[in-house]
Amino acid sequence: MPKLTIDGIEIDVAPGTTVLQAAEQLGIEIPRFCYHERLTIAGNCRMCLVEVEKAPKPVASCAMPVGEGMVVRTSTPNILKARKGVMELILINHPLDCPICDQGGECDLQDQAVAFGRDRGRFAETKHAVKRKNFGPLVKAEMTRCIHCTRCIRFCTEVAGVPDLGGIGRGDHMEIDTYVEKAIGTELSGCLVDLCPVGALTSGPFAFKARPWELKKTETIDCLDALGSNIRADSRGNEILRVMPRNNDDINEEWLGDKSRFAVDGLMRGRLDRPYMRKDGKLVEASWSEALQLVASKLKATPAAAMAAIAGDLADCESIAALKDLMSDLKVANLDCRQDFAQLDPNCRAGYLFNATIAGIEEADALLIVGSNPRKEAPVLNARIRKRSLKSSFPVGVIGPKMDQIFKYDHLGDSAALIEQIASGKHPFAATLKAAKKPMLILGMGALSRHDGSAILAACRKLADATGMVKEGWNGFSVLHTAAARVGALDLGFVPEKGGRDVKAILDGAGKGDIQLVYLLGADEIDVSRLGKAFVIYQGHHGDAGASRADVILPGAAYTEKNATYVNTEGRVQRTKLAVFPPGQAREDWKIIRALAETIGIHLPYDNLSQMRARLADINPLFAKTDGVEAAIWGQFASEAAVADEPLKTAIANYYMTDPIGRASPTMAVCVETFVSGAKPRTGTHG
Amino acid sequence: MLTDKDRIFTNLYGQHDFGLKGAKSRGDWDATKEILAKGRDWIINEIKTSGLRGRGGAGFSTGMKWSFMPKEVGSRPHFLVVNADEGEPGTCKDREILRHDPHKLVEGCLIAGFAVQAHAAYIYVRGEFYNEALHLQAAIDQAREAGLIGKNACGSGWDFEVYVHRGMGAYVCGEESALIESLEGKKGQPRLKPPFPAGIGLYGCPTTVNNVESIAVVPTIARRGAAWFSSFGRPNNAGTKLFCISGHVNKPCNVEESMSIPLRELIEKHAGGVRGGWDNLLGVIPGGSSVPVLTKDICDNVLMDFDALREVRSGLGTAAVIVMDKSTDIVKAIARLSYFYKHESCGQCTPCREGTGWMWRMMERMVTGEAELEEIDMLDEVTRQVEGHTICALGDAAAWPIQGLIRSFRPEMERRILARRSARL
Repeated sequence: MPKLTIDGIEIDVAPGTTVLQAAEQLGIEIPRFCYHERLTIAGNCRMCLVEVEKAPKPVASCAMPVGEGMVVRTSTPNILKARKGVMELILINHPLDCPICDQGGECDLQDQAVAFGRDRGRFAETKHAVKRKNFGPLVKAEMTRCIHCTRCIRFCTEVAGVPDLGGIGRGDHMEIDTYVEKAIGTELSGCLVDLCPVGALTSGPFAFKARPWELKKTETIDCLDALGSNIRADSRGNEILRVMPRNNDDINEEWLGDKSRFAVDGLMRGRLDRPYMRKDGKLVEASWSEALQLVASKLKATPAAAMAAIAGDLADCESIAALKDLMSDLKVANLDCRQDFAQLDPNCRAGYLFNATIAGIEEADALLIVGSNPRKEAPVLNARIRKRSLKSSFPVGVIGPKMDQIFKYDHLGDSAALIEQIASGKHPFAATLKAAKKPMLILGMGALSRHDGSAILAACRKLADATGMVKEGWNGFSVLHTAAARVGALDLGFVPEKGGRDVKAILDGAGKGDIQLVYLLGADEIDVSRLGKAFVIYQGHHGDAGASRADVILPGAAYTEKNATYVNTEGRVQRTKLAVFPPGQAREDWKIIRALAETIGIHLPYDNLSQMRARLADINPLFAKTDGVEAAIWGQFASEAAVADEPLKTAIANYYMTDPIGRASPTMAVCVETFVSGAKPRTGTHG
Repeated sequence: MLTDKDRIFTNLYGQHDFGLKGAKSRGDWDATKEILAKGRDWIINEIKTSGLRGRGGAGFSTGMKWSFMPKEVGSRPHFLVVNADEGEPGTCKDREILRHDPHKLVEGCLIAGFAVQAHAAYIYVRGEFYNEALHLQAAIDQAREAGLIGKNACGSGWDFEVYVHRGMGAYVCGEESALIESLEGKKGQPRLKPPFPAGIGLYGCPTTVNNVESIAVVPTIARRGAAWFSSFGRPNNAGTKLFCISGHVNKPCNVEESMSIPLRELIEKHAGGVRGGWDNLLGVIPGGSSVPVLTKDICDNVLMDFDALREVRSGLGTAAVIVMDKSTDIVKAIARLSYFYKHESCGQCTPCREGTGWMWRMMERMVTGEAELEEIDMLDEVTRQVEGHTICALGDAAAWPIQGLIRSFRPEMERRILARRSARL
């Protein structure tokens, strides 16, 4: 433990710490542009110069490891002068166009220029400018403003794993570029906007929408994949204008997938803002009391065995619990939350969780991925796998389709039969897993939603046992969900009661006429054409598949518009916060169900949110605690059966449109055009 | 004045055969095995006591540099890298070694490589040196064929390979860590130090980077002894040195001379004197374009060595003497150097990337006098904003010539500004 003195204060730090980090531990802030704690050290901005005793020149503190007995001074007149000089040099070719720059108000360059710069410029020559570059629809590049800190280059090559950005040219002709014009090909491209300390890379969809000081900032969580990434929703009036990640080392570090960040403009489009009822084949506007009366009468009139309820991928735990309570009172057994037919076993929690935890990926030393493409299903988690694989040797085997990945992997094949072979030790990868101290398995929805999903689950369980994935202090068996609501719904038991039908059987029954009423709680991913003649109640926030088939629409709230509980794929209970109010007459979802129950004459025993949450904890004590992960007990789940020797598929083909919000979002539509369907912007050379 | 018998580079002018036969006739590869047999400690100590200071410009003790290498070879191999990316304006000494005396370098590589426990040496040759690289490669091939390098080099039991790598024409790749980056196939940008190459260098392994001349004199020092070498020059500035004399002299030349020779003697004895006589001298850049220019009154008496030139706030650098007589537009000359540094800045760190461009643009205005008097001080301040704040020494190298100009020729700069102003009025 080297001991050093910074500004007269002694401190012991771990060996390998840099002077800048040591100063930070003391609360001494050293200005910087290029240094970022999650990226490698570049040391090129020279803003963090400090004086080290016996060093002939000022030293870049971000790159200087501490030494025993070092004496550091961070704010001597010489250092302040050096910083002032560097600041001036950074600014000479910067356009100083703050009034028309989106970074204004949250710009490191502005802040540090005020703190360390001169009050006027002395540069009398012409400034240079850089031709506009096209980095795709999400990242708006104005490279004249660039100060060449290379954070974006380092992020792309290190974290995102795509070598799309680089520096071309030398000296003051240096430019950050994509070499040939292309959109930055990573699902984490929005992070470039966060990382850029100046206005060179700004958010494309947010361009010129608002100034940061006009925005109300609400700390909440994301629901567009199953990670529950921590976000901050920035709103003005009743509109979410942008979403930014919050730091959470256990989940998303400080990254966020592009869908979670940029799909929010879908929240202002295609919304259900008032109840509707179908009259003569057409949906017409209705009042809440009319709609609730109609639903109540239908619920009372239909026999319990002919009713069913399906919870969707964005449903919050409160509304799921309330709906389950209501359905239990009505003796309805046909409940399910697994829209994609995933044959998850609700009886054992360890059987449907990402037990290894997201941060746990960094501890794992071998990984098998079955029927999943984490890059599309959870890009932030995928970046964790890359981070792990960069640290030291990390064998990754993949069973499923080949994918364009950012870490090295062995493609073992795409047949589900391979699982059995590894479990029985016949496949060479079994030895790799067995040799590992903390082996890990990521099981995707692509495998579980197959017709033999349950058999695959059982085979994977066997594999986990056979290769020592489950042991004291470590459970490597990890199910990667794609729906934010899924784990919560399973925890609340929103699955068929005894003798009840699952989603497949509900759809089959509706087609045959056995099911006469279906309650869709935001369920849009089912094939609504199979609902036959059933009376469909749709409660949700977007006019998507479910609403188009509905006979009654009860307008609900999206995840940014309610204080709601979600459980992420690890089993982490987290809560969203209301950032803006639901539009028009839309209401919080659990309240709608509570009101509906009252209309039928059933009294649900909760009148406010705290009572609702007490009820959640009643159903499952896990809900009493938020933000932590409790290790699930390994038990018996899924019964063994023959696994069909068929190629595995992955769950998500189109990352940008997996939910009603993404489908309503114009930004996501442009992304699909750019990244998925392969349409390229036409340039001058296209004739 | 150095006598021929004490010259190390006896084929500097290429009158003789550069090949193995010619080299052997000049004493190269003589008893190399015995030198190696004396052991690495002896070699390092001999180089240390000889007082050899790095000939690439910085003048760091070569023996000392070698002793920074790990004493034992760990899991990572050691490497020797020879910096033959000679790009400093005015400098042309390494080129002569490469094309006329390459065996001195190859033999030096073996001895130096043995001393730092490297089995491989990489010679990074400036891309423009095409024929030089051919000669060097030919010399390496001859040496390998003769068993002087390769497996069991010279019968010493030490395996040693020498590889030639040609650069692509970037001045900054002459900076040791940028050279290593370039050698690894990356963009030639200097690395942050620490870690120094002796700890983490080429491919992350301990590496010694030396200039061509530093390595090429090693065999002769080892043969003739440290005492012989250190008998030339003043204490702490020992040895013989190749001087490249260019500019306004009657006979521009490369010459090997003893260190600490008076500048005037050097120019008059070897280069035929300044064009139009000594009194026609305006100034001399004594050590390649990076060091500040000296005025005539300093040139009258100054000695050509590291310490003497440091005392007059210049430097020996690569000992490339650029002589300028009174016909020189000194401001324009320095502005041209500023352009060179602006052009060659790698663009990695702020002060150099932005500062070199700014300094050049201001210098261009100084040439025509299209500036204000206060801007001279401002220019000086900008050079100090760059100097010492950069990752590598290119920032310093860009700043020093301008500082030298302002220090020595300020009246000329002021005259131009005032003349321009009165012409405007």
